[in-house]
Amino acid sequence: MLDIRRIPIASLIGIVLTTLFVLTAVFAPLIAPHGNAEIIGDVWEPMSANHWLGTDNLGRDLLSRMIYGARITLFIAVLATALSFSLGAILGFSAAVFGGWYDTLLSRLVDLLMSIPTLIMGLVVLSVLPSNLVTLILVMGILDSTRVYRLSRAVAVDINVMDYVEAAKLRGEGSGWIIFREILPNALSPLVSELGLRFIYAVLFLSTLSFLGLGVQPPDADWGGMVKENKDGIVFGIPAALIPAAAIAALAISVNLVADWVLNRTTSLKGGRG
Amino acid sequence: MADTKAKPGLLLDIRNLRIEATVYPPGEAPKTITLVHDVSLTLEKGKVLGLIGESGAGKSTIGLSSMGYGRGGVRITGGEVILNGRDILKGGKEGFRKLRGREVCYVAQSAAAAFNPAHRLMDQVVEASLLHGTATRAEAEKRAVALFKKLSLPNPETIGERFPHQVSGGQLQRVMTAMALCSEPDLIVFDEPTTALDVTTQIDVLAAIKDAIRDTHVAALYITHDLAVVAQVSDEIMVLRHGRLVEWGGTRQIIKEPRQEYTNALVSVHEIEHREQQPGTTPMLSVKNVTAAYGGSHVKVLKNVSVDIFPGQTLAVVGESGSGKSTLARAITGLLPPEQGSVVFDGRTLGNKLSDRPKEDLRQLQMIYQMADVAMNPRQTVGTIIGRPLEFYFGMKGRERDKRVAELLDEIEMGKGFVDRYPAELSGGQKQRVCIARSLAAKPKLIICDEVTSALDPLVANGILKLLLNLQQVEKVAYLFITHDLATVKSIADSIAVMYRGEVVRYGSKSKVLTPPFDAYTDLLLSSVPEMEIGWLEKAIAGRRMESAGN
Amino acid sequence: MSSPIVKLVAQRIALGILLLLAVSVLIFAGTQILPGDVAQAILGQSATPESLANLREQLGLNQPAYIRYFHWLGGVLTGDLGTAMSSGQDIATSIRERLWNTLFLAFWAAIVAIPLAITLGLIAVRYRNGWVDKLISGVALASTSFPEFFIGYLLVFYFAVEHQWFPAISTVYEGMSLGERLQAIALPAAALTLVVLAHMMRMTRAAILNVMQSAYVETAELKGLSGFAVIRKHAFPNAIAPIINVVMLNLAYLVVGVVVVEVIFVYPGMGQYLVDHVTKRDVPVVQAVGLIFAAVYITLNIIADIGAIVANPRLRHPK
Repeated sequence: MLDIRRIPIASLIGIVLTTLFVLTAVFAPLIAPHGNAEIIGDVWEPMSANHWLGTDNLGRDLLSRMIYGARITLFIAVLATALSFSLGAILGFSAAVFGGWYDTLLSRLVDLLMSIPTLIMGLVVLSVLPSNLVTLILVMGILDSTRVYRLSRAVAVDINVMDYVEAAKLRGEGSGWIIFREILPNALSPLVSELGLRFIYAVLFLSTLSFLGLGVQPPDADWGGMVKENKDGIVFGIPAALIPAAAIAALAISVNLVADWVLNRTTSLKGGRG
Repeated sequence: MADTKAKPGLLLDIRNLRIEATVYPPGEAPKTITLVHDVSLTLEKGKVLGLIGESGAGKSTIGLSSMGYGRGGVRITGGEVILNGRDILKGGKEGFRKLRGREVCYVAQSAAAAFNPAHRLMDQVVEASLLHGTATRAEAEKRAVALFKKLSLPNPETIGERFPHQVSGGQLQRVMTAMALCSEPDLIVFDEPTTALDVTTQIDVLAAIKDAIRDTHVAALYITHDLAVVAQVSDEIMVLRHGRLVEWGGTRQIIKEPRQEYTNALVSVHEIEHREQQPGTTPMLSVKNVTAAYGGSHVKVLKNVSVDIFPGQTLAVVGESGSGKSTLARAITGLLPPEQGSVVFDGRTLGNKLSDRPKEDLRQLQMIYQMADVAMNPRQTVGTIIGRPLEFYFGMKGRERDKRVAELLDEIEMGKGFVDRYPAELSGGQKQRVCIARSLAAKPKLIICDEVTSALDPLVANGILKLLLNLQQVEKVAYLFITHDLATVKSIADSIAVMYRGEVVRYGSKSKVLTPPFDAYTDLLLSSVPEMEIGWLEKAIAGRRMESAGN
Repeated sequence: MSSPIVKLVAQRIALGILLLLAVSVLIFAGTQILPGDVAQAILGQSATPESLANLREQLGLNQPAYIRYFHWLGGVLTGDLGTAMSSGQDIATSIRERLWNTLFLAFWAAIVAIPLAITLGLIAVRYRNGWVDKLISGVALASTSFPEFFIGYLLVFYFAVEHQWFPAISTVYEGMSLGERLQAIALPAAALTLVVLAHMMRMTRAAILNVMQSAYVETAELKGLSGFAVIRKHAFPNAIAPIINVVMLNLAYLVVGVVVVEVIFVYPGMGQYLVDHVTKRDVPVVQAVGLIFAAVYITLNIIADIGAIVANPRLRHPK
C-alpha cells in the first residue's frame, strides 16, 4: 500500500509541484487574473501587488501569461511524449519479438536518425514545414521516438531471452500472450521511469525550439517563447525572461524527482505484490 | 609474543569472531544482520583447514576476516583475529595493508575476473612482493617462474608475458595460486578455487595446489562447498551453517564418523536409492543422427547424435561445458532446428521447428531449467505459473484449475499457502519445485531437466532429485537429465550418454556405461570426479600417469 | 599495433563514412518531405506565379529529387555548398569565419569542462555516498533539468548586468587579440561548460564506479595496495576507455548546445547562422550547415568508438 509517510521528502516535493503544474495548466482560464493577450499596463512593469510577476515586453500581465503558458507547454509536451512513447514502444517491442529483417530495418533506420543530433534534424525539417501545433508535435514526437525505440527494444530483447519467455514459447503460447503477459509486465518499470525523462526532454526541446522562434508562434506562447519575448530586457536588468525559464527548470526537476521515485518503488518490488 | 596463551607453532587464532553487515531493504529502515556468530578457530603453521558449508554459511566472510577484509559493508564487530601472535583487528588500516599480500594472500574463485585485464600476468604476480619490499624484481620473477613450473603451467618461462585473457581458466587459477605463493606468505585463503572449473580440469588444479602447499609449507584456509574436494587437501575440516559452527575435526573423523546430523547429511548426500530399469523394446523418443549448428555456423555443436528414451525411464546426458549437452535439449524441443537428422516421438517424426509442432506435441515434452529464478515470470504468482499450462492445454478454469494447482503443490511437497506467493518470495529449492509442478501440470510423457540441481546447495539438490524420482514412480514420466555432475547421474539414471565436443562417445544402460573397459574420455571423466575418500586425489593422479606412460 | 585493431578501426571509419553519406541523404530528404510544393510553402499563399516559377528554377525543382541530391552532394564534396537564397552569397565563404568562431568557443568550453568533470567525478567516487557525492549528484540532476537559456541568461544577469565583468553580447571581429577574444567568449563558454559538465561528470562517476567494483580491484586491495595506488595502477588503466567514451559523447552534445548558446549571446557562429536561416526558410544554407553539424557529431562518435577499441587490452593483445 502507498503510505505517504514512507515517500522520501524529495519525491514528495516533486509530486506536489508536478500536481500544481498540472492543475494550473488544466484550470488556466479560471486562475489567471487577466487574459492571455490582454495588454493591461506599461512595458516591463516591476512586480507589484496588482501584477505579482510584473508585466512583459508588451505590457501584458506576466503571471497570466505564465499560467496560460503552462497550459500550452504541458499540452504540447504531453502529446509529443504520448506520440513518441507509443510509437517507440510498439515498434521497439515488435522488433525485439519478431526479429529478422523487420528488426534490422527498423534498427538501422533508428541508428541513422540518431546519428544526427535531434535539435539539428528538427531545425532542418522545420525549415520547410509550416509552423503550426500539429507539425510541432509530430516532429518532436517522431524524432524522440527513436530513443524510446532503443530502450524498449533493449529491454524487450533482454526479457525475450529469459528462460520464462522460452518456457512460454515451448508451451506454444502466441505472440499476444508473450508480449502482453510475459514481457510487458517486466518491462514496465524501466519504461515508466523513461516516460518521465522523455516528458522532461519534450518540455526542454519545445522550449528550445520556441526560444529559437521555431516553436509556438505569437500571440500564443509557451514558456520558451516567453523567454524569447522578454530576453531583450535582461541587459537592462529586467528579469522577466528568467521567470518562465525558471518555471521550465522547476517543472523538469519535479518530474525528474517523481520519475526517480517511481523507478525506485517499482524496482524495489522485485516482482512482489503491488 | 603479546599473547601468553598462544601456543608455539600456532599461526592463526580466531576467537569469538562476530561479523555483521547492514542491509538496506528497499522501502524499509536499514537493518543490521549478523553473518557470523561467535566462531572460533585455530590453525597451525603449515596446516590446511577446510571451511565447508552451503551458501550463506559465512565461510568466505570468515576466510577474508583473516586479512581484515569485509566485502561490501561487512564489518567485524566482535572477537579477535590473532595472526602470528598479534590481534590484527587492532592494527588499523595501515596494519591491514602491511599484512595483506605479505603474511596472508588470497586466491579467488574466478581468477578470470580477479586478474586485471590491462596488465601482464608477471607484473601482477610479483606486485605484492615488490610492494612489500620482500624481494627485488629479478628475485621475485625467478621465484614466480619456479612456481609456474611447480604448478605445471605450460611455458613457465614465458607465460608471465601474457595477458589474462590469453590464458585458459584452469591455467589462470594456477597462476593465481602462484601469485599468492610468490610473496611467501604464512597463510593463503583459497576461496572455492576450483568451483568454476570443469571436473577434468579441477583435478589437475587441485593436485597442483596440494603439491604447492606441501612443498612451500604454507598454511591455508580452504573454502568450498564440496566436501569431497576439501577432503583431499585439508588436515582438518570445519563445517559451518548459517554463520555458526556445526562441527570441527580431523578430515578422517568428519567424513568417516561425523558427529552432527548436518555433517552426516552432507557426507551421505549422494546416496539415493534407485534401482536401474532395463530399456524396453520400443523407445518413446528417439533422436536420430542429429547434427546441429548455431546460426548457420560451420562449427557443428552436435555431430550425428543418436539416443533413445524409454517410457518412464531416465536418460542422463553427461558432459563438460561445450560438450553440446544443452544443445541436444534445444534440438529435441525444437528451439534449434537440426540441420540433419530427426526426432521421433511415439512413432511419428516431430517437426523440426517449434512453430511446426502441434500443441499436443508441445504438451508431451516439458522442460525444467537450471536457473529456477529466471525460469519463472517474476510478475506472476505461483498459482498463475502452475495454472497456466492447465488453462492452456486442458482449458481448465476457475475452481477446477485451483483444485488441480493445489494437488500439484501437494505433489511437490509445498502447501496451498504458496498459491499467492511471487517467485521472489521463495527459496531456491522451492522455486525449482514450482518449476517441476509447472511441467507436471501439462501431464507430459517426457521432461527435459537441464542441470536442474547444479545451482542448488547439495542438500537442497538432493531433495529435488528424490522428488523427481518419486514423481517418476507416480506419474510414469520419462526424464532426459542433462548434467555435468557424475554423482547425480549415478544416483538417478537408467541409461547414460556421455558427450564430448558434440558427439556421444559412450551410450548404454547405466551399468554398462559405468563398467570397464572404458573409452579414454569416459575414463578421464569418471576418474576426475572427487570421491569422499582420503587419498583419492593421489590415486587418481597416479592412475592417470600410469595410463599416459602406458600409451 | 597489431592487425585486428587496425582492421577494427578501419571498419569503424568506413562505417562512419557510409553513415555520413546516409545522413546526407536524410538531411536532403528532410528538406523535401513537405507534401506539395516547396516553393509555395516558402513564399506563402500570396506569391505570384512568376516568383514561384523563378524560385522553382532557382531550386532546380523541375528536376527529379535524386538528380538534385547528386548535384548537391557533388558540390559538397568539391567544397561548393551553393548560394544562400536569402542573400545570394556563397555559403562556403560565409561559413568559413563562423565555423572557426564556433570551434573556438567549443574548444575553450571543452578545455574547461573535461578536466573539471573528470576531477569532480573522481571526487564523487572517492567520497561516494558521502555528502560531497550527494551534493554533486543533486547539482547534476538539477542542471540536466535546466534549459540552456536559463543557465545562459542567469550568467548574463549576474556577470554582465549586475556586475558588468563580462559583456552580455559576445562580439568578435578580425584583429582582436586572443585575450580580448577570450574575454568576449567567457560567458558563452561558461554556459556551455555548465551545460555539459553535469552529464559528463555523472557518466565519469558511473564509469569509474563500475571499474572499482570489479574483482581485480579487490585483488589489488588484498595485496595490500593503498587506496590511491589501487586507483592509479588498477582502476585507471581500465577506466580510460569508458572515460574517453564519456568525453566524446559529451563533446558531441556540446555541438548541439552551441546552437542555443550562440543565439543567447548573439555570437557570430554556425549555430546562429543556422537558426537565422531556418527562420528565413533558406533551404540551401540549412542543408549545408545541418550536414556540417552532423559530420562533426558523427566524427566525435567515431573517435569515441576508436578510443574504446584502442584502449581494450583484449584487442591490443590478441590471443
